[in-house]
Amino acid sequence: MTDIKHMEARTAEHRPTGQGVTRRESLRIGAVGALSASLQLTRRSWAEAGSGNREADATEPVRTTTGETRIWDGHTHLASIRGEKPADRMAQLIEYADRMRIERLVVFMGWPFAYDPSPDQFRRQNDQVLAAIHDWPDRVLGYAYVNPNHIDHSLEEMQRCIVRGPMVGIKLWVAKRCNDSALDPIVQRATELQIPIYQHTWLKITGNLPGESTPSDLAELASRHPRATLLCGHAGGDWELGIRTVRPFKNILLEVAGGDPTAGFVEMAVRELGAERVIYGSDAGGRSFASQLAKVEAAGITDREKKLILGVNLRRLLSPIFKTKGLKS
Amino acid sequence: MQIIDTNVSLSRWPLRRLPLDETPELVARLRRYGVVQAWAGSFDGLLHKDIAGVNLRLAADCRKHGNGLLVPFGSVNPTLPDWEDDVRRCHEEYQMPGIRLHPSYHGYQLDDARFAHLLELAAERKLVVQITLTMEDERMQHPLLRVPHVDTKPLLEMAGTRPDVPIVLLNAFRSVRAEQAAALASAGNIYFEIAMLEGVGGVGKLLQKVPIDRLLFGSHAPLFIFESALEKLRESALHGRILKGLCTDNARRLHP
Ligand SMILES: [Zn+2]
Repeated sequence: MTDIKHMEARTAEHRPTGQGVTRRESLRIGAVGALSASLQLTRRSWAEAGSGNREADATEPVRTTTGETRIWDGHTHLASIRGEKPADRMAQLIEYADRMRIERLVVFMGWPFAYDPSPDQFRRQNDQVLAAIHDWPDRVLGYAYVNPNHIDHSLEEMQRCIVRGPMVGIKLWVAKRCNDSALDPIVQRATELQIPIYQHTWLKITGNLPGESTPSDLAELASRHPRATLLCGHAGGDWELGIRTVRPFKNILLEVAGGDPTAGFVEMAVRELGAERVIYGSDAGGRSFASQLAKVEAAGITDREKKLILGVNLRRLLSPIFKTKGLKS
Repeated sequence: MQIIDTNVSLSRWPLRRLPLDETPELVARLRRYGVVQAWAGSFDGLLHKDIAGVNLRLAADCRKHGNGLLVPFGSVNPTLPDWEDDVRRCHEEYQMPGIRLHPSYHGYQLDDARFAHLLELAAERKLVVQITLTMEDERMQHPLLRVPHVDTKPLLEMAGTRPDVPIVLLNAFRSVRAEQAAALASAGNIYFEIAMLEGVGGVGKLLQKVPIDRLLFGSHAPLFIFESALEKLRESALHGRILKGLCTDNARRLHP
């Protein structure tokens, strides 16, 4: 899948404004190094500028992580961005990701969003994601969006997008609560393929959608499928409850995307689950990369823990399917 | 780059301890990122009935720990007896440049006559009026503390009649869409800060609808992570006059 020439062409087109290094260079020398290089090492960080009263540019790094943190964002969408074609939307998302020094984006679902998509609808949405992957093979990964209300079509779609296609995981949204045994064939197949299943979860005091899963639903699913790798999307929204709910289920990882940047969230997740079970994602374009990255980068945890959450864990989850496909991480 | 953060709170969030809810630690974090001024309210202002005590402590905390950085914005609850004296104290005793309102926690709407009277008093004293539209995502509120977002519709009509009072809406973008913000901005002397603004490149997109001179930097720290607001500036690649306006100049015009 690695297509360096293609990627370099892209990189030149999408060089982040004002930065003197290409994205490829930036990936090679590491994010922080690239930023320093691009700023020709003449400017200091905001923190220093703040204490030293020297003017600095706002586009300078405010990163609290050090070293070569390779950020993989486990949760982005093509929706909430303007553009006729997947390529237009993806180009915008990549430009923002470049600014935030995010190396790869996992994309799932196309547009328009549909709560209970028909097989035609989810195939069309997966086609949009496939187009985005095709254009950005070294930057974009995809999870296949399927619907447990259409099991046979979902299994076919996994075959098309993952076995024969480039996708590397499954996305389940709000069509059916995930404790339902209807999901079992999908989970079994994903377990065989050694791919992660991303399940949206939320626990809303305002009331869930009829098919919207809670972290407890996911816990039920996890106990039925102890070998499956399950991602608890949005940490259940109400993360203080979500973290406790998934804590006993070692095959559930907690994903921190898509809620407010509330202080203390990631600290609690690391304290209760260990950093190995926490995964960064943003839910961009609906959310901002900024607010979601800040949850991890500004958290009172160690740099090693930040690296795990920002990329190492996701690369570990994806390593079996990467190996199968001969992909490099 | 100097920053004026128009949306921080001191004391304790009622439902959780926060990493930076000790004032010296909050101040240290703000300074680290070049914040030169932080407009500080108090979490106590949400639920305490002794608002006079809340404001006394707020003023003292700002003096004790702020070293000029923390600017107190006292809470006023116009449903309490003799609330007008809280306005007087904020202005005369503590020399606060403004006050902070929490209408949804205090149980009134913006079409309430007491709110109109409060704006009158604020105009006489040349105070900035901050209105917190919400504190947190309504979907994850405590079951016994489900507080609605403040409805800004009444402001569309009122604000035009009070060009003498700058009104700063805090945490507006959980419930106010960019189009509504634009309408509010053209209706009156109304400002917004970016703490709850979401969407990729959100600030840049908002600037296509709302004039830059109505936007302020705000973090909602320590309940929200300060760096979230900060990173938004980079995500939208702001620079020059726009960046300086958002981070400092616009706020300085309200409180020189
Ligand atoms: Zn999402």
